[in-house]
Amino acid sequence: MTDLTKLTLADALDGLKAKKFSSREITQDFVQAIEASRVLNAYVVETPEKALEMADAADARLAKGEGGKLEGAPIGVKDLYCTKGVRTTACSNILGEFTPTYESTVTQNLWDEGAVMLGKLNMDEFAMGSSNETSRFGPPINPWRRNGDNAGLTPGGSSGGSAAAVSGDLCLAATASDTGGSIRQPAAFTGTVGIKPTYGRASRWGMVAFASSLDQAGPIAKTVEDSAILLDVMCSHDPKDSTSLKVDQPDWRADVSKGVKGMRIGIPKEYRMDGLSKEIDALWNQGIEWLKAAGAEIVDISLPHTKYALPAYYIVAPAEASSNLARYDGMRYGARVDGNNLTQTYEATRANGFGREVQRRLMIGTYVLSSGYYDAYYLRAQKVRTKILNDFVEAFESCDAILTPTCPSPAFAFGEKSGDPVEMYLNDVFTVTTNLAGLPGISVPAGLSADGLPLGLQVIGKVLDESACFRVGGELERAAGFVARPEKWW
Amino acid sequence: MSVTKDDVRKVARLSRIAVDEAHLEELAGELNGILGWIDQLNEVDVSDVEPLTSVVETALPMRDDVVTDGNIQDQVLANAPRTEDGFFVVPKSVE
Repeated sequence: MTDLTKLTLADALDGLKAKKFSSREITQDFVQAIEASRVLNAYVVETPEKALEMADAADARLAKGEGGKLEGAPIGVKDLYCTKGVRTTACSNILGEFTPTYESTVTQNLWDEGAVMLGKLNMDEFAMGSSNETSRFGPPINPWRRNGDNAGLTPGGSSGGSAAAVSGDLCLAATASDTGGSIRQPAAFTGTVGIKPTYGRASRWGMVAFASSLDQAGPIAKTVEDSAILLDVMCSHDPKDSTSLKVDQPDWRADVSKGVKGMRIGIPKEYRMDGLSKEIDALWNQGIEWLKAAGAEIVDISLPHTKYALPAYYIVAPAEASSNLARYDGMRYGARVDGNNLTQTYEATRANGFGREVQRRLMIGTYVLSSGYYDAYYLRAQKVRTKILNDFVEAFESCDAILTPTCPSPAFAFGEKSGDPVEMYLNDVFTVTTNLAGLPGISVPAGLSADGLPLGLQVIGKVLDESACFRVGGELERAAGFVARPEKWW
Repeated sequence: MSVTKDDVRKVARLSRIAVDEAHLEELAGELNGILGWIDQLNEVDVSDVEPLTSVVETALPMRDDVVTDGNIQDQVLANAPRTEDGFFVVPKSVE
């Protein structure tokens, strides 16, 4: 019998519909795979009973010829999404054993379409990190290893659990979220596909907030088509999120096979920066050749303010985080640490509950918002953000989509970059620009590094033009014929 | 601009995060590293632009001014560290 956990989401949905196997069967297989793969530390909560219950309900609907777009498909959920009755902590100690009494809009959309929840996936604390090392539960481990080397590698962050689970066949696909690259970088590090849609496509209601003007939900999946299927369900207009957009949702799945003939693909010269590894540079050139061969026109473009994106991000994101995370005071929910008076209780609760990186960012955020510094830091950063957006607006006058590498390097080992915060932040240099400008971006696996690790290419689209991401992403996937899988060692 | 130990003490207090005296120096160093790197934003001429407030231009939606939720005291209190008679129990804050 075929190993059901190795199916793509598209094939699994076809098989379920054709009754080749039941949702209970595929769910049971995933439950067993998850139990046998705890060394990867991808799941921080496993919900096997709930999963089987949901699978049986899906099977009953499928038997009657009914069912939604994801009927019976087992999915993993990043621990950032509130799930009713299932512990949700954003992998932070400060949330204690917080168990939501409500469901996030994005996950509710999944269940409404018949998806099955396998559990909650590991992540950096409050999504602050690029290596998943800040999780209260310890980091998940990348199923991929360097050739001939047993060193554990990071699956990236902050959606490291989502990426490790998809890459390790521990779910058909997973929800993730992206504030500065947290979907696309882990996807690139694990040979999976991840897309961050246009800001406002997916509701943020019920997502634990990090930086509200940057946070956006999206999927990590095995193929470009799978990512289109899941994104379609995750996105919706939601009156409970005032930034949620009321816009048409095109047939993204159909876009995947449309090809790129006649499309103009922009290549930003500023992304060819010093220190970019030779193999990533070569992969980027290969991507250009693939798209040319498929009938696209290649256009040189300039995004002159690229180098200012990360510094601007490290003002805006911590500033918004310092406001958002003010709610964690130990009074209404979460873990409280008692002090001698109210202020001491707040201070002890937050010193104990927040990890080092989160504390650092909260202090930076508080500093740049404090009186006397607001104009010099926050206001200036928001103006630089306008410059970055204007760069894209101008560039898109001469192209339909932009091709870049996803990350400056392949997956790295634990501890390798955790000494210097700025060095860690540089991981997001190619992804963070789209968060600041609100644009959609997809990462597609396109090749292997010399030591056998997956590498990703990123496609950036215009506002609300995820279709361009899926068209170019689909073409890159076909051309690359990326079929490499991590060799099972766990 | 350089962050001093005193600045860190103040910022930690504003952030309501207890920081040991012994760690102030180290934190000042880290914050200076990050802020020094951020300072390159001063190279950008921003005199001609407005700060970005929304990435996709839309008007903030209005809704009817009606109650749509409520009567869920049990749910509101379900995750509280301490409750009594339907109230949150918090440390004394007025002397």
